[in-house]
Amino acid sequence: MSEQTAVSDPREATPRDTQTAAAARRRRLRGRATILSIQAVLVVAVLGSWELAARQKWIDTFLYGQPSGVWKQLVDWFEHGTEVGSIWQQFEVTLEEALLGFLIGSVAGIVLGVALGRVRILAAVFGPFIKLFNSIPRIVLAAIFALWFGLAIPGKVATAVVLVFFVVFFNAFQGTREVDRNLIANARILGASPWKVTTQVVIPSAFTWIIASLHVAFGFALIGAVVGEIIGAQHGLGLLINQAKGNFNPNGVYAGTVLVAVMALAAEFLLTVLERRLLAWRPSNDRDPESGL
Amino acid sequence: MTQSEATPPIELRGVTKRFRTPDGSTYTALRDIDLTVAPGEFCAVVGPTGCGKSTTLSLISGLEEASTGTVTIDGRPVGGIDRRVGFMFQQDAVFPWKSVLTNVAAGPLFRGAARREAIDRSRDWLRRVGLSGFEGHYPHQLSGGMRKRVALAQTLINEPRILLMDEPFSALDVQTRQIMSDELLDLWELTRPSVVFVTHDLEEAIALADKVVVLTVGPGRVKDVFPIDLPRPRRVQEIKFEPRFVALYERIWNSLRDEVQAAYTRTAGEAA
Repeated sequence: MSEQTAVSDPREATPRDTQTAAAARRRRLRGRATILSIQAVLVVAVLGSWELAARQKWIDTFLYGQPSGVWKQLVDWFEHGTEVGSIWQQFEVTLEEALLGFLIGSVAGIVLGVALGRVRILAAVFGPFIKLFNSIPRIVLAAIFALWFGLAIPGKVATAVVLVFFVVFFNAFQGTREVDRNLIANARILGASPWKVTTQVVIPSAFTWIIASLHVAFGFALIGAVVGEIIGAQHGLGLLINQAKGNFNPNGVYAGTVLVAVMALAAEFLLTVLERRLLAWRPSNDRDPESGL
Repeated sequence: MTQSEATPPIELRGVTKRFRTPDGSTYTALRDIDLTVAPGEFCAVVGPTGCGKSTTLSLISGLEEASTGTVTIDGRPVGGIDRRVGFMFQQDAVFPWKSVLTNVAAGPLFRGAARREAIDRSRDWLRRVGLSGFEGHYPHQLSGGMRKRVALAQTLINEPRILLMDEPFSALDVQTRQIMSDELLDLWELTRPSVVFVTHDLEEAIALADKVVVLTVGPGRVKDVFPIDLPRPRRVQEIKFEPRFVALYERIWNSLRDEVQAAYTRTAGEAA
């Protein structure tokens, strides 16, 4: 059993290991601090030069706005509300539309993707229809949904669903097709029924593909909600952006955009946490948070 | 091991297997194979690359169907996957998202055992393959030899009467491979399933088996069958120095050499 030493057991760490680990941690922290300060300098430089250009009248604030104006707009919204109700209500409406669209779209995408990936006859029958619907520019559908559902929430949810569905569907389908044949053969020999092969082998294996699509999918859900609101709504961040545009208020457009971005980043953070939990079985070297976007 | 049984556990009669290739033509992997494995017999199948060794195992396991001829297990034709069969694959086939403990428990759980019972049996088997203490590890945290032990426990926990092995240790270094071979023999003695062990390593085949079957270059046919009368229990590292082993090796190698040569010329010809 000589090769068991290949496993590093944290319980067996020697004092020297702990020391070098501490040194490595310090080095990592220093590295992080450097990166963060460079990033802060970059943000200040970009916003500062924009503000400076606006104040010196090098650019027209009527068209391009200015950072301090965006900030004032945000403060105003949070302190006095918007024309269509409190800012929190707009935030909540957009979030609700995006979340509902994301949930419905990804559940439908995963279920159909795995089903078509597993059952060849389903893929043969429904494949052409899915390709057909996928070829429709889906933003156009937002207008149709506005006709069907009026200004209420369901129209925006429907737009988000169609945007999310195809991204998740194609990843789930491809992930299902790419499952290692050996793993499936092994499970079948060990006694797994086709249903158990799907739940215990295919879905866990395809999950690497599916979770990657979920990151993109939430962004798409937000696009669906905001575009739906811009086309016609009673509440929501998209409506705020559209109204600001109508009033020639660029600062309002930027302020609305900032709020949408905050929402997207928060969702991205939650998805990353979920991903780490669900994919804890993977080797850790490709999960360095600083190595990728 | 030559006592004649009325219904041998594994029997192939005149089996031919053809595959359809992507360009529409057919490829014959096996032609007219006859093979019988007695109860508790350890049968090694050797042959050059591409002679259909692995295909033989797929046919016995029920993963593939024979084009012509019959494959029977305990006298009944194989129709789909059989509960009595265990299969150890050449590549890693343990589930990377399951811990060592649940990987080994997978077979009983798939077959409807209660969770507690499956887990208890899994612990038991992990102890037998020397992996106690690694229950919570994931496969990627283990060395290649340890992953093979997980695969071995995962296969043996179902207590197969028929054990199929497709070059299971070929990815391991020589020392680890010999240790694993000894451990395999010890575990095999416990329940004595009938084994078909496919390998391209003649030394490994003789050290393990009761009978060595030599296949011809593809499409594979049975060329020769050699009974191995070396006494058991055997120690794989030491047995190859015994004169009887050397004599057997020479005889079987004489039979195998032409096929290996033919396979080499064929692939070299294709490459040129």
